[in-house]
Amino acid sequence: MTTGILALQGDFREHEEIIRRLGIPVQQVRLPKHLDTIDRLIIPGGESTTIGKLLVKYGLIEPIRRRAGRDLAVWGTCAGAILMAHQIIDGRPEGQPNLDVMDIVARRNAFGRQRDSFEADLDVPVMGEQPVPGVFIRAPGIESVGMGVDVLARLPESKIVAARQGRLLATTFHPELTGDDRFHRYFLEL
Amino acid sequence: MEKSTWTTKVGLAQMLKGGVIMDVVTPEQARIAEEAGAVAVMALERVPADIRAEGGVARMSDPELIMAIMDAVTIPVMAKARIGHFVEAQVLEALGIDYIDESEVLTPADDEHHINKHGFKVPFVCGCRNLGEALRRIAEGAAMLRTKGEAGTGNVVEAVRHARTVYGEIWRLQSMSEDELYTAARNLQAPFELVREVAKTGRLPVVNFAAGGIATPADAALMMQLGVDGVFVGSGIFKSGDPARRARAIVEATTHYNDAEMIAEVSKGLGEAMVGIEISSIPREQLMAGRGW
Repeated sequence: MTTGILALQGDFREHEEIIRRLGIPVQQVRLPKHLDTIDRLIIPGGESTTIGKLLVKYGLIEPIRRRAGRDLAVWGTCAGAILMAHQIIDGRPEGQPNLDVMDIVARRNAFGRQRDSFEADLDVPVMGEQPVPGVFIRAPGIESVGMGVDVLARLPESKIVAARQGRLLATTFHPELTGDDRFHRYFLEL
Repeated sequence: MEKSTWTTKVGLAQMLKGGVIMDVVTPEQARIAEEAGAVAVMALERVPADIRAEGGVARMSDPELIMAIMDAVTIPVMAKARIGHFVEAQVLEALGIDYIDESEVLTPADDEHHINKHGFKVPFVCGCRNLGEALRRIAEGAAMLRTKGEAGTGNVVEAVRHARTVYGEIWRLQSMSEDELYTAARNLQAPFELVREVAKTGRLPVVNFAAGGIATPADAALMMQLGVDGVFVGSGIFKSGDPARRARAIVEATTHYNDAEMIAEVSKGLGEAMVGIEISSIPREQLMAGRGW
């Protein structure tokens, strides 16, 4: 089956290159018709306000929400994690659209502005002993998770940065910007 | 944990790809831009069309204005420093701006040197007209590029020329043997290591947007089809008849740049575009793209 990559805006090509390298066909998703042939969807990094607005504009919210976690595995990185969240803190004061498919609360720009962006090695037990390189760019944090959501990784000061709820996966960092494809392989097994 | 690495600097630009960065001069305009789907805004006192019309020395904007715009939106905010004016850049960094544009739209402060951008925590975007200029800026630490075009004209011809030049030069490097790359580097006036990297990968090492003269959804899609990663729209939005609508249309055309039916749909009834200037009517010394060394 084909893996869809939401291609409205953001670093979708980086995800696409890795998925193709793993031998899986890719469909860029810009309109609802592009969802027909996919059984997985990656929501890339980008600007959550821009992607959210375009999701609404092209009628993508409902068809994704209906299938997410069921016959559609979904993984959001950074902005993608924000869009998957049940609730967004520090978003636009007038509210911003989200998919609301995963029982997590995301805080936008949880670490500050761009000058506070950072890299850190992450201990992710499900990925084995080797630390996972984490690239955090104006990154969100996961403030809290609901029942049935597993925390996959935390920063040393305890902020949650990766979580899984069945066939839903959220990471607040960017595995697609590193040479480490373990998260991509993990997602393809969900 | 390591803050402000090369990966996080280049990475923010990667997150902006496929998006539109809009010039704004008030917090209200910034909110309109964000609402329209801009991925970032450029905080300015005057858009390039007004700088062009009013003349005089154009400098970094008032920090008070920049901070008011930063408070108004949740998306990244960029601001311009003069070429070579590293203290303006230090000030912008102190304000916590997300990206600094070392810009030819402002009056250059140094007619020989650009800012050494490696020492800053905040990433820089710089203009280029050709591959040599692009690679010189990267060597100085620029984490993002934009083709210069001719700002404030509403005329896309220079942006097209610069994009075609950059990508054409990359194509030519790819066809060369390693032996030829030394001379190519000399001719491009660019560091050999960067020239070799581009020849090998067939792409620039950082994200490259188009800028300077984009005024319509079709202009934005044209630049995207020529190979840029996203677009800056300066005067083109807030100098038009219906800024909010035009801004939304340009955002959509940038996402669906290969879908002519979609571009047609969003281009309908946008009202008046900015008037625009024929490049040949501008006195040579008033062209902005020639600034930068």
